[in-house]
Amino acid sequence: MSPVTDKAKKRDAKKPEVKRPETKTVETKKPETKNSDAMKASKSDVERSLRMYRRMLMIRLFEEQVNDLYTRALMPGLAHLYVGEEAVAVGICEALRDDDYITSTHRGHGHCVAKGAAPNRMFAELLGKEAGYCKGKGGSMHIADPATGNLGANAIVAGSAGIATGAAFSAKHKRKGQVAVCFFGEGALGQGVVYEVMNLAALWKLPVIYVCENNMYNEYTHFLETTAGDILSRGPAFGVPSESVDGQDVSAVYQVASRLVKRARDGEGPSFLMCNTYRYTGHHVGDISREYYRSKQEEHHWKTERDPVKLFAEKLIAQKLTDAPSLVKLEEEVRAEMQAAVDFAIAAPYPNADKVEQDVYA
Amino acid sequence: MPELLERGVERELTFAQAVREALAEEMRRDPTVCIIGEDVAEAGTPFKVLSGLVEEFGKERVIDTPISEAGFTGVGVGAAMTGMRPVVDIMFGDFLTLTMDQMVNQAAKVHYMSGGKWKVPMVLRTTLGATRRSAAQHSQSLHVWFSHVPGLKVVLPSTPYDAKGLLKTAIRDDNPVVFFEDKMMYKTKGLVPEGDYTIPFGVADIKREGTDITIVGTSSMVQVALGAAALLDEMGISAEVIDPRTTWPLDEATLIASVKKTSRAIVVDEGYGRYGVTAEIASVIAEGAFFNLEAPVKRMGAMHVPIPFSPPLEDVTVPTEQTVFEAARKLCGKA
Repeated sequence: MSPVTDKAKKRDAKKPEVKRPETKTVETKKPETKNSDAMKASKSDVERSLRMYRRMLMIRLFEEQVNDLYTRALMPGLAHLYVGEEAVAVGICEALRDDDYITSTHRGHGHCVAKGAAPNRMFAELLGKEAGYCKGKGGSMHIADPATGNLGANAIVAGSAGIATGAAFSAKHKRKGQVAVCFFGEGALGQGVVYEVMNLAALWKLPVIYVCENNMYNEYTHFLETTAGDILSRGPAFGVPSESVDGQDVSAVYQVASRLVKRARDGEGPSFLMCNTYRYTGHHVGDISREYYRSKQEEHHWKTERDPVKLFAEKLIAQKLTDAPSLVKLEEEVRAEMQAAVDFAIAAPYPNADKVEQDVYA
Repeated sequence: MPELLERGVERELTFAQAVREALAEEMRRDPTVCIIGEDVAEAGTPFKVLSGLVEEFGKERVIDTPISEAGFTGVGVGAAMTGMRPVVDIMFGDFLTLTMDQMVNQAAKVHYMSGGKWKVPMVLRTTLGATRRSAAQHSQSLHVWFSHVPGLKVVLPSTPYDAKGLLKTAIRDDNPVVFFEDKMMYKTKGLVPEGDYTIPFGVADIKREGTDITIVGTSSMVQVALGAAALLDEMGISAEVIDPRTTWPLDEATLIASVKKTSRAIVVDEGYGRYGVTAEIASVIAEGAFFNLEAPVKRMGAMHVPIPFSPPLEDVTVPTEQTVFEAARKLCGKA
């Protein structure tokens, strides 16, 4: 018996009662009021929808390239793909201003793109090149960019909760109306610092939104095996309003995010938003045999029935905001853009070894 | 001590008053400086170091927190990245264990990981030192942990004068600085100039010149070293006493030059001896002054035990004037 099969059996034996609510998603509290009729959609709404679609597509095709680079052994280290979760980053960041802050995670490429990072410099960072956002010193898990308010991706699962809350602290102090969004996976709910800072943020009414991306898996373990009680009951215990949204529906995510961001900007304090989503691929690119922790049927279901890009494309076409040929053309465009960005990164030089001691201290 | 020349009007202040004065002056100078910690406002901390600050600067800048060291240290990191200069207060150095991810994985690495784009101009003030009968979880000296981590700076003032000047430098530094105050020293008095002055990091202070042996002391152990030097003087041994003042950056040149002159060295620090500050400094001396050494470099730190409560037990865990004196005498062949 292989160790993997052995592990799978042990886990299944351990959790016979675990219910896996693949589509357990609480509806957003406020149903969509806009866009129900394409004729009534304003020009800016249409632009927003198309922009969100393009951003999701950018992330999808960015990650396709990452997968390719990694499997061709051109990318060092680890690659944690955001494929399947695109609507979360895009819907949230669409509700943000350029000078608003985000903190991101090890699975952070989507957040960077959604906040406006340039793919060529992201790829360069992923390949450890000097032209990368962090001069090659951070890599895939640490992309940061002050110009887009990206305080940095963090490889400690709840590691950025303090930083995001601190950015909200500054924002409140400076009175410029900025907000901070803390992206983290449901695995981070196991680390205590999340609750410490939620308590602080509530006490001080800080403009921060804690965005929990529940892709259902803490690495290789289903979240129901690690998470007791009800996730959405945790925030209210601190006086932090909490809700969930279908993380595969970018319009829904945007709508809720807009409301929570406005609330934060208006000085009404923090909130918690759980986005129910799914990680199409493994914990990282090398995590290929996944049957010991989740079934192929489950993956198939999400990819075919719950795909955020596909669902939004269908919606846009149904609303007559675009048509299928236009979307095909757009995809070709974005694909070419990503290819050019990858070519840039591959051609870019590595940093000289004498840069290794630079940037330790400011 | 070149900065002596620039001293203004001096008066006697306690160590605690010097710390408070540095904070007050920096908060008046720079509106982004704020204090975050447990019982820092009306209580002014259990040691009363911060008394009066909330009255002058208000609750928006002197901010009481819940007992959440990881949380509010993390808030300090994020606030520092986004335009504030927070001074985070960790009441007892023992509680630093709760801040480790924020300091080691976040604060220390943000600048480097971001390719030099984000900065963390934050100070974490805390305490060290035993013999206060506070037992194992309120008595440790853990400064070496932070000295070990690239990206952090570590400051150990040993006089009221240094406390004020070094704290001002720490607040103006664009890096995370961990500032350790010996809690037994808060009531110690010393001359402190009025007004503004700073003391650069990485510049050791030669507290006393000598020719026969170098005693390197840090923080609480500087006075111990000076006491031992006085005893040695009575037996005709001339000891040079050096306070590095910062363990990182470390003024290696001054330490090596001194030992090249004296040819013997003892390093005394209140942290644990094993793998400690004394080990690092002894190795710097051994590497830099090996051919001038006439005896092995002696290290003296806290005994390798949790700090005990009972006074007769606790008192033997840390170096004293007498133990340093004995060790120095032995090293000089006059035991």
